[in-house]
Amino acid sequence: MRARAVRGRAFQGVLLTALVVAFATLATLVYTVVRDGWRSLDAKLLTEPPSISPDIAGAHPAILATIYLGLLVLVMAVPVGVGTALYLEEYANGDRWYNRLLELNIQNLAAVPSIVYGILGLAFLVRGLGLGRVLLAGGMILTLLALPTVVIAAREAIRAVPDSIRQGAYALGATRWQVVRRQVLPAALPGIATGSILALSRALGETAPLIMIGAVTYITFDPTILGPFTALPIQIYSWASLPDNDFRALAAAAIIVLLGIILLLNAFAIWVRNRYTQRW
Amino acid sequence: MTTAELAAPRPLAAKRRRLSEDVVRVVLALCALVSIATTVGIVVALVFPALEFFADVDPVDFFTGTDWAPLFEPARFGVVPLIAGTIVVTFWACLVALPLGLGVAIYLSEYARPRLRKWLKPALELLAGIPTVVFGYFALTFVTPLLRDIGIHVEIFNALAAGLVMGVMLIPTVASLSEDAMRAVPYDLRDGAYALGSTKLQVATRIVVPAAVSGIVASFVLAISRAIGETMIVLIAAGQQPNLTFDPRQAIETMTAFIAATGAGDVPTGSTEYKTIFAVGLTLFVITFAMNIVSIRLVRRYREVYE
Repeated sequence: MRARAVRGRAFQGVLLTALVVAFATLATLVYTVVRDGWRSLDAKLLTEPPSISPDIAGAHPAILATIYLGLLVLVMAVPVGVGTALYLEEYANGDRWYNRLLELNIQNLAAVPSIVYGILGLAFLVRGLGLGRVLLAGGMILTLLALPTVVIAAREAIRAVPDSIRQGAYALGATRWQVVRRQVLPAALPGIATGSILALSRALGETAPLIMIGAVTYITFDPTILGPFTALPIQIYSWASLPDNDFRALAAAAIIVLLGIILLLNAFAIWVRNRYTQRW
Repeated sequence: MTTAELAAPRPLAAKRRRLSEDVVRVVLALCALVSIATTVGIVVALVFPALEFFADVDPVDFFTGTDWAPLFEPARFGVVPLIAGTIVVTFWACLVALPLGLGVAIYLSEYARPRLRKWLKPALELLAGIPTVVFGYFALTFVTPLLRDIGIHVEIFNALAAGLVMGVMLIPTVASLSEDAMRAVPYDLRDGAYALGSTKLQVATRIVVPAAVSGIVASFVLAISRAIGETMIVLIAAGQQPNLTFDPRQAIETMTAFIAATGAGDVPTGSTEYKTIFAVGLTLFVITFAMNIVSIRLVRRYREVYE
């Protein structure tokens, strides 16, 4: 019996090691970034444009562009994503081959490498449509990238609304759209909001597709929707690729800003989930 | 009003279809069409330039050539070094992510108390939410020097640091999907095993893991697919040198890093170098697509059995 107990303990120890490795890496990563970056984390980083001299370089245009990109993704990905989810959950007949294909398609899109979305953007938006290497093209690609995540989260939220709510509304003579708009959507809103914010925070950290769009440029002026741009993750990549330690420190400081934005969004999402989610 | 009219019952269905109801249905279907259009767009964007590329370069040379030097004169387009680079990084990432992710999943599903689980799961999501460019920075500025300190002679850019960091990044991917599968295993199976005198270890390893195996394999396949498609960590930390080597201490170039590095440069549209992006991209897309479909199928299988 003792040998069994020892083996059980040992196994639990091995499992705990796996957890410890994951969280120790997370902690070390945060520690390294803060250690390297806190000296460069000042007002200049937020207010000044990049420069060839690390003493006066900041990430103002990149931070601004990341905020614009976030707004574009919110405005485009959330309505289309929720629309898709509503179609699949409330309108589509799940037995039809095209609806099954649609479902499979969205699941696959969620796992397509982000660089492939970048190729799509390069081929169609930048060169095909002749939009050029502009912020709007970046926003559209990040929207397509975030879309499957929004759809999957919104579907789960919509599915969690009990059918009795719908039946009750139908019994009172509501049409399908009235049921969806007045009953299903309000009930599913916290889940949709949480999922959308999380998808947004993922999209804001994406770098590879923006590289393809051509955001790796030296931009010292504030971005506009139809102008060239550089985003915060791209700025981090540019600075991290320079061998100079002062630029590495700037990269670390910019990482702190990016992680701060992402952490805030995540915390907000969790707050929404805990505050507003209904238990049926 | 005549008696006949009074006697005829009004039909229960609405007299006229509401136009707005149809409009809504069409609008929602159009939203759904966006994701179909995305896939079609990706395929079109990749296939046609890739076909043009294969008109310039023999596909056999492309898939079997061991020399990747598109900017040299004469240019050589053998994709094998890029695929080898991808395999090396993916191998080391899996060496970390698969066992550790599975360990975390077993712990969360079978051992952790509900209150601890409630904290651990969001914390793991946080790890999954860190941008890959940050992991790349971490691999380059922390892990590579650390490897040198402990006596592993890695180059400044090397596949090992990139692979190990990518492995940690993928732990939540493996853990969350595997844990879902394990929690879907009915408690009757566990109770039956306990009733026969099994220990917790035996229940976890001989009942739960085998019963959840299709979900676990799905999580592994998805993690491998992610590792193959990951760009920023390898671009920053593994270098941009298409070496045909399986030595993880050397700088290499993966398919994704090549695409990003070439896409960032200003290669003229229509040139063969420009088209290489699409040929390599198509190769990458086909590989990851096949793995994603396998993973999705496996997940459906365990859902069908237990839910």
